[in-house]
Amino acid sequence: MRFLLKILSLTIFFLTSSGISNSAEKVEYLKTDWSFKGIFGKFDRGSLQRGYQVYTEVCSSCHSMKYVSYRNLAEKGGPEFSVQQAKAIAASFEVTDGPNADGEMFQRPGKLSDKFVMPYENVKAAQAANGGAYPPDMSVLVKARGGGANYIYSLLQGYEDPPAGITLDDGVYYNKYMYGNKIKMANPLSDGLVEYADGTNATVEQMSKDITTFLMWTAEPHLEARHQMGFKAIIYLIILTILVYFSMKRIWSRVETEI
Amino acid sequence: MSDHDYTPKSKAGKWFNDRLPLLTLANHLTDYPTPKNLNYWWTFGGILTFCLITQIVTGLTLAMHYIAHADMAFESVEHIMRDVNYGWLIRYIHANGASMFFLAVYIHIFRSLFYGSYKSPREIIWIIGIIIYLLMMAAAFMGYVLPWGQMSFWGATVITNLFSAIPLVGEGIVTWLWGGYSVDNPTLTRFFTLHYLIPFLILGLVVLHIWALHVPGNNNPVGIDIKKPSKDTVPFHPYIVIKDGFALLMFMIVFAFFVFYTPNILGHADNYIEADPLVTPAHIVPEWYLLPFYAILRSVPDKLLGVVAMLSAILILAALPWLDTSKIRSAVFRPLYKQFYWILVADVLILGYVGAMPAEGLYLLIARIATAYYFIHFLIILPLLGYKEKTLPIPLSITEPVLGGTPNLAMAKNKESQKIK
Repeated sequence: MRFLLKILSLTIFFLTSSGISNSAEKVEYLKTDWSFKGIFGKFDRGSLQRGYQVYTEVCSSCHSMKYVSYRNLAEKGGPEFSVQQAKAIAASFEVTDGPNADGEMFQRPGKLSDKFVMPYENVKAAQAANGGAYPPDMSVLVKARGGGANYIYSLLQGYEDPPAGITLDDGVYYNKYMYGNKIKMANPLSDGLVEYADGTNATVEQMSKDITTFLMWTAEPHLEARHQMGFKAIIYLIILTILVYFSMKRIWSRVETEI
Repeated sequence: MSDHDYTPKSKAGKWFNDRLPLLTLANHLTDYPTPKNLNYWWTFGGILTFCLITQIVTGLTLAMHYIAHADMAFESVEHIMRDVNYGWLIRYIHANGASMFFLAVYIHIFRSLFYGSYKSPREIIWIIGIIIYLLMMAAAFMGYVLPWGQMSFWGATVITNLFSAIPLVGEGIVTWLWGGYSVDNPTLTRFFTLHYLIPFLILGLVVLHIWALHVPGNNNPVGIDIKKPSKDTVPFHPYIVIKDGFALLMFMIVFAFFVFYTPNILGHADNYIEADPLVTPAHIVPEWYLLPFYAILRSVPDKLLGVVAMLSAILILAALPWLDTSKIRSAVFRPLYKQFYWILVADVLILGYVGAMPAEGLYLLIARIATAYYFIHFLIILPLLGYKEKTLPIPLSITEPVLGGTPNLAMAKNKESQKIK
């Protein structure tokens, strides 16, 4: 018992001490009701499809998504476009293929098996077009940032006029959630920027939520399968543990000792 | 090892066993007399075996899909996460498995510290354990480099650079380790090779660790020598097997929770950014299980002395059987040691905490005090305690306290046994 108390007090000490230091350094990120959080968390299909629309119409002019394929758009656990829709989406992009029999590179419409077409040939080209800053690849972006989904969601809504005393260079913007508050990406969203196919009102908040949900999916395409399997696995383990506990009691009852 | 003779019942069994005594070994392992008062802290040996096998099996599977090349490693990990069937599951088990492995090994080590399991006649078991622990750290560090993320790259740069602190040959050694003038493709391929090799070295040492254990037999919470086999012991199978199994299942529930619901919480977000030699992350932090030693390293202002302090912090453990002068094993009967034990636990946790913080101001001061205390505990407190401490009387056999005999009776009986000690 005393031992447990010691463990407990140590745990509390560390939880509180880390809490104190964290609150001193970081800004509080905006939060929203993410459907993918929690033990049964699933993606909101509508939000994923709208998020894809925001990505294609807004983000994809600068940000690549090199680990995601068009076929993924029709896969279970994702935006779940129909295969026909995904094919049509892929075909709307021009893909460089080749070399052909004549040794020439050629353009053809995209196929399901193609990766998302990149906005720039290479990193240097991307930097040259964006004032020296490389727009990061978005495939795993949510997992590559400390605050995860909340951070991306906040950043998109964090553009403000700089406080008095801060001067910004040309092509640098003030964002209250960005590390160091200076960001080279101009505010990408404004109300009504996208006309959603399903008629949802495209506010900045709504678009931020949709694109973040979409980016969460591209970072963790098997999140739904993981949650479902996890629930089954843990229930299975708990039942097995209970059974083993009783057989252990039974076996040890032959020995006069506590267990 | 062979406390009793064993002959297989069947003729074929006897024929085989005369030529290769595998059945004798199996019989020894099932009959192995184990103290019946072992508590749940003793189940972590079995849990660690499970962790090692899990890492080897998942690691083998990952190696079939992983590409050890600076230009392709990051992409191949994403390929595993996205396109390999259940690749995400295998990788998350492997990545979180490393943390679970260290969690279990720390409990295992601190159990040994509490119950004095490192003392005579178990010094060799302990020293083999320390070697396994060192190899685990090497394997974990190199494994963390393989995804070729930002933390992989910069962690490898920081840690390999430690060798440059060695006078005269330091720089040469670092170049030799890297296979070039910076961490690059040759570094990655050799780290992959070694990361694949080390688990099998650990496996071999685990066999020796268990073999060395089976000579004197298990220590126990009371810490006294017991007759084996006797009414104080139970055969390993089924008693310990089912108990270890029960504890393992509880452990697996925690493991599963991490794998399925917070698979990235123990990692660092920066490792999902592909390695870039031109961009240094704001804070370079090792994995949580290396943080106490990282804090010791940074608490010394001189680079060479810092490396020496960090290595000594681990190697000092190997000398523990001789630094601890007390003849009594279990902290249960050492009231003063028990206090210092918990202070040490707190000290190591504090070191781990400040290891994750920037090395400046108050954090640095705390790290320095905690580092000093760590060495004071092993080099001054432990040797002195053996002479100064008034220990409690220890029981004659484990049966009395276990069977609930009144403590006074047990103590009266044991006055004599203490004299014998």
